[in-house]
Amino acid sequence: MKISEKEVEHIARLSRLELEPEEKPRMAEQLGKILDYMAKLNELDTEGTEPTSHVLPIQNVFREDGVARHFAGADLMASAPKKDKGHYQVPKILGS
Amino acid sequence: MEFEAVIGLEVHVQINTKSKIFCGCPTKFGEEPNRNTCPICLGMPGVLPVLNREAVNLGLKTALATGCKINPLSRFSRKNYFYPDLPKGYQISQYELPLAERGRVCIKTGGKEKAIGITRIHLEEDAGKSIHGENLGDPASSYVDFNRTGVPLMEIVSEPEMHSPEEAREYLQNLKSILEYIEVSDCNMEEGSLRCDANISLRPVGQKELGTKTELKNMNSFRNVQRALEHEVERQTHLLQNGKAIIQGSRLWDAAKNETVSMREKEEAHDYRYFPEPDLPPVAVDQDWINGIEKTLPELPAAKRERFVSQYGIPEYDAGVLTASRSVADYYERCVSLAGNPKIVSNWVMGDVLRVLKEKNMTVEQFSVTPERLASMIGMISSGTISGAIAKTVFEEMSATGKDPKAIVEEKGLAQISDEKAIEEMVDAVLASHPVELETYKKGKETLFGFFVGQAMKAAKGKANPSLINKILKEKLSRLKGCDQ
Repeated sequence: MKISEKEVEHIARLSRLELEPEEKPRMAEQLGKILDYMAKLNELDTEGTEPTSHVLPIQNVFREDGVARHFAGADLMASAPKKDKGHYQVPKILGS
Repeated sequence: MEFEAVIGLEVHVQINTKSKIFCGCPTKFGEEPNRNTCPICLGMPGVLPVLNREAVNLGLKTALATGCKINPLSRFSRKNYFYPDLPKGYQISQYELPLAERGRVCIKTGGKEKAIGITRIHLEEDAGKSIHGENLGDPASSYVDFNRTGVPLMEIVSEPEMHSPEEAREYLQNLKSILEYIEVSDCNMEEGSLRCDANISLRPVGQKELGTKTELKNMNSFRNVQRALEHEVERQTHLLQNGKAIIQGSRLWDAAKNETVSMREKEEAHDYRYFPEPDLPPVAVDQDWINGIEKTLPELPAAKRERFVSQYGIPEYDAGVLTASRSVADYYERCVSLAGNPKIVSNWVMGDVLRVLKEKNMTVEQFSVTPERLASMIGMISSGTISGAIAKTVFEEMSATGKDPKAIVEEKGLAQISDEKAIEEMVDAVLASHPVELETYKKGKETLFGFFVGQAMKAAKGKANPSLINKILKEKLSRLKGCDQ
């Protein structure tokens, strides 16, 4: 299946990936090949096979509604690249 | 050209659970920032979300209360997008198989009843909260608090079946009332535990095809939902009448400026690439589970309203006001069980009780005038101990001081004067001190009767039995008139 460079750019933006110009044709080719392989799977006769979203036949795995604290917020925050005043600090979200 | 508005509402409700939807972090509001977090809700690599059973229970309860069909199998999906308050880079939500579908909420506007369809109810996790720039510190930064990340949410989507801002408001109010009755959420719009977005489009009256819609956001009160929609109807009507096109997109409501403004969005913003959440197995709900939840459903607002009309013989309007909140309905019923007189109790609760609660911004449970006290005061009116006018004073005193009505009447000497002799003396005094008015009356200006009643009541400081004043005054005046002729 043919994937255009424009589609590659769109997917890269959604994934927040920056691609060098010379990477784009390579990505287009590889993504196309992956889709070709999926198309091959589509040739299988799945008539009478229930669609599934999970590989294991399990349902209804729950936890009861109880509070459990295993970590201190500050310890978890220790690995954040930037923090201040008890908050995770990130580049400004809203443009000016 | 005449246009018809087509409105659908998307309501997000925080579900009342103790812990988050996929981890054991508390959902408590108002904790210090990032205290209620763990590797699961922070989206650390390798962690496994596990679904909170109670969140499903409360979702099912809502589905039953709104007449939805519960899907025997539902599953979770990942909704992918990047935003700093969404640590995993996706929100766990439900997509093609929601918890429940096809319900309804009944509304009544302008005397007409109508069912508004519910398209679907699904469960999802809430995102965190961002504070921007100088509101906390560095103007070039934003700050993120993940305490709310992973708090269970229910999204309730209506069909586009409302045709006026009033209908939308009524739908929202009735939905909120149901959610409060079944105790699944606090439904506080100001605090954000109930949030509402509205889709609205216009079409020429009679046309079936829908017009281009806009989505309104940021309406944080019921009044604002109605105002924002009214404004948007006006804006779209104006555009269409001038031959201009509606631009599809999201608009933010600005309550201070009373207008909606377009949110600039990137084109790909809605490319969420949903796919089944591999970390969560599907949820299968069987009839036993549904039956168990059904047993926990209380009497719902609509049923209670009907019962109030038939059981207490009060007008439908009264029943509607009294049953809008479950606790007010309980208050009313307790009062009537003690004092009888359903219509009189209704007048007091709808009028003075609700007014004071609003003034004091408190709930009926916190109110110092308990049903017992109100009933006791109403009992004093019906037994003639106090007049209706004095009762107003007693009520104000009760709500200000929290005292018992009997004690107030005794302390302040408010008991009604029903002693005929005492009233006769007062009436005599009034007539004696108003000779001019008396002459005019005798000459035929009978409307002055009310003047004398007022004067006598004033002399009695409002405590005289009004029907006795009337009776005695009538006797005296007709005798005086008779003498002259």
